[in-house]
Amino acid sequence: MKKNYKFSKLFVVFLCLGIVGCASIPKGFLKPTEASLEKKQLQMRQYDTINEEQILTAVAGVLQDLGFNLDNSETKLGFVAASKKADATSKGQIAGAFFLDLIAAAGGSHGNAMANCDQSQVVKASVITKPSLDEKKTVVRVTFQRIVWNMSNQISKVESVNDPEIYQKFYDSLSKAIFLEAQKI
Amino acid sequence: MKRLTRYFGISVILFFVIVLSGCATTAGKAFEMNESQVKLRSIQTRAFDTTDKQKMMQTVISTMQDLEFVIDKADLVLGSVSGSKFLGYAIVTMTVNVRPRGEKQLLVRANAQYGIKSVEDPETYQDFFTALEKAIFLTGQKVD
Repeated sequence: MKKNYKFSKLFVVFLCLGIVGCASIPKGFLKPTEASLEKKQLQMRQYDTINEEQILTAVAGVLQDLGFNLDNSETKLGFVAASKKADATSKGQIAGAFFLDLIAAAGGSHGNAMANCDQSQVVKASVITKPSLDEKKTVVRVTFQRIVWNMSNQISKVESVNDPEIYQKFYDSLSKAIFLEAQKI
Repeated sequence: MKRLTRYFGISVILFFVIVLSGCATTAGKAFEMNESQVKLRSIQTRAFDTTDKQKMMQTVISTMQDLEFVIDKADLVLGSVSGSKFLGYAIVTMTVNVRPRGEKQLLVRANAQYGIKSVEDPETYQDFFTALEKAIFLTGQKVD
């Protein structure tokens, strides 16, 4: 009976490997979706000026104020990219992992949930400015992404940031820097 | 004695097989191409009836942003834009190149990579060019 159990376990592992091996490139990931339109509204603002350069300098300033390092830029295309390393530890997650490890230790086994706790993150910001369609305003669009590493230095999460508050905070700082109010699109 | 030398010979051969196979490098794998180069180029390229490179590049950037890419690099002189996007745990990277073709046209070429595989599916690229066409109000023509 025990042998049988072992065999089925092996079979499951084999099946998992087989399925992973078959993972192919999904189709249609370059198609615009409803969700991407919603994100557009989140990430985009308009300013009542045609001075793109002024906005771009302000953007660079705001990013630096937020602790970002500028990685790349092309002023003629209205593009600035920046990134920032930050702490990603959360007390709740660490406490939970500690508790799990404690239970494992009490049960006489070796647990290492702590190694899977988030440790550090890199946030990438990319800003594009361009004239609006009627060429009377300037459109600004910022996108944030983040990569999170755990305690054993493995990537535990990659995601684009979709928290409206973060975007709002960025545009509040930008509006202050150029003395203009941001208009939602 | 004869047997012993035979075993010795076999083990020497085995030893060499193992050592020599260890010397094969995997660098060549990075340069492999599955589809024929010409076919792939026509899948990835469209020609547009415009000469405004800057506007084309701005539209490419906007389209990529609409497709949830984060722009990593852009260069007006080279005409290249690179961006990345996360799909679950996979990273999709794309580079789009814009360059003049003759006096009246611009060539737009897109290269996408999904994780460590390069994307060679025509439909995926068509999706991108359809989105780009809508944004620039022009139709892209296939080129050979």
